[in-house]
Amino acid sequence: MSVDAITGAWRWLGTAANWAGEKGVWHRLGEHLWLSGLCLLLSCLIALPLALWLGHIGKGGTLAVNVSNVGRAVPTFAVLVLLTLSPLGKHGDWPTIIALVLFAVPPLLTNVYLGIREADRDVVEAARGMGMSGPQLLRRVEIPLAYPLIMTGLRSAAVQVVATATLAALAGGGGLGRIITAGFGNYDTAQVVAGAVLVALLALVVEGALVLLDRACDPMRGRRRGPRKRGQGPVEEVPPAPAPTRDVSTGQPT
Amino acid sequence: MEAPVRAAEMLTGSQFMAQGGGPGCLERNDWICGEYLRTRSQELLDATLQHVGITVVSVLLGLLVAFPLALLARHRRGVAGPVLGLTTVLYTVPSLAMFALLTPVFGVSPSVVVTGLVLYSLTILVRNILAGLDGVPAEVREAARGMGYGPARLLFEVELPLALPALVAGVRIATVSTVAMTTIGSVVGYGGLGNLIASGMEGFFKAEVLTASVLCVVLALVADLLLLGLQRLLTPWTRAGSGGRRVRRGAAVAKAVG
Repeated sequence: MSVDAITGAWRWLGTAANWAGEKGVWHRLGEHLWLSGLCLLLSCLIALPLALWLGHIGKGGTLAVNVSNVGRAVPTFAVLVLLTLSPLGKHGDWPTIIALVLFAVPPLLTNVYLGIREADRDVVEAARGMGMSGPQLLRRVEIPLAYPLIMTGLRSAAVQVVATATLAALAGGGGLGRIITAGFGNYDTAQVVAGAVLVALLALVVEGALVLLDRACDPMRGRRRGPRKRGQGPVEEVPPAPAPTRDVSTGQPT
Repeated sequence: MEAPVRAAEMLTGSQFMAQGGGPGCLERNDWICGEYLRTRSQELLDATLQHVGITVVSVLLGLLVAFPLALLARHRRGVAGPVLGLTTVLYTVPSLAMFALLTPVFGVSPSVVVTGLVLYSLTILVRNILAGLDGVPAEVREAARGMGYGPARLLFEVELPLALPALVAGVRIATVSTVAMTTIGSVVGYGGLGNLIASGMEGFFKAEVLTASVLCVVLALVADLLLLGLQRLLTPWTRAGSGGRRVRRGAAVAKAVG
């Protein structure tokens, strides 16, 4: 049974006709990447300035932390369907875009806020003592120190966006998830498995690409010595739940 | 699971009064409809029970698998990397793909949904159990060994109680995300309230979608509160004195060893 599914999926993926056209893999992949990229950008534009500002002035902590917890309790599927049935549903991709942004903002907000808040206070005070202004302090001290958590937030948000874009297919949206739902609709196990493999690969590639980006952009590259501070070192290897009592980084897998 | 159903009924009921969606709200396809609640209460109850059942089984199985994995990772550091890496990779796979990949293995059955949810819960549970056990102060372990505690007794009578707050925190996160993700199980027909959301979408039935969605969130919140209560009950020492939520090492140590 299971072996049949694998060979079937392999055959499905090897059939050129399945890659071409409006319902083909390339078109669906394009939709998926376009929606994910657009929504990740929108989420960054919303969450980054807000989190940096809140972290810098040290207010709104409860909001920034709890927004992730609330986000985890709300089913993505429900939000997608509710938006599709609302008047917005008549406007093409808008329900999907709004849902994607809604679920990408919380991990970004929480991680970036905590990153700025947990930047070493002594260093921040020293920089202030050296006469740095607020924006200078943020740009030259707090953001570099918060960098690992900022990247963790970005990675969680990206994984979340790719996963949510997959679910958009359940509510009639485009993207690679459509291949899976169409497969379920036709009782075509080979197509279901092939679609799932493509989606899983995309998610892993996105995650991997962001890990590489993280390494390449690290402002402290090669400059961290000795035991790392809490919230700066291990978090890189620990995406979903670094702290035991407080889940810093992520929403739910979707 | 009477309570959440009733709470949601009260909630939607009061909004229903405010909006005056009297009889005929089903025909008008209102978002909030008391008539829907009355006529489909059995359907709602069945879906809620399925939802709760899938969640509870998944989290319990997740704990059963995560606990030995965490112990193994703790005793063999070489195993820790691969275990944590693998669970992180699993966490990255979107749920729709996960359920789709499991379908040929189990056929269209609740096992697909439960297995997928167990795999997701592992990431959080293994990490939190490990973090909890790592957080046990070395002196406490030494003291217990000095008092003649064997490895098993040390684990179950000293380390586990001290790791409990971190463990329960993990279970809470896993449970809340599991409640939300169970809805995706509707692709194989076992999604609890997700089934109602899916059928409501197909039939453009607004009241069905909104009621099921609200019930989902209520379920997650109720589960979270119940687990928080359980943790308070199981770890009374964390509240001793002015400590609040932070574990006060001194009090915890005295209680656990003494």
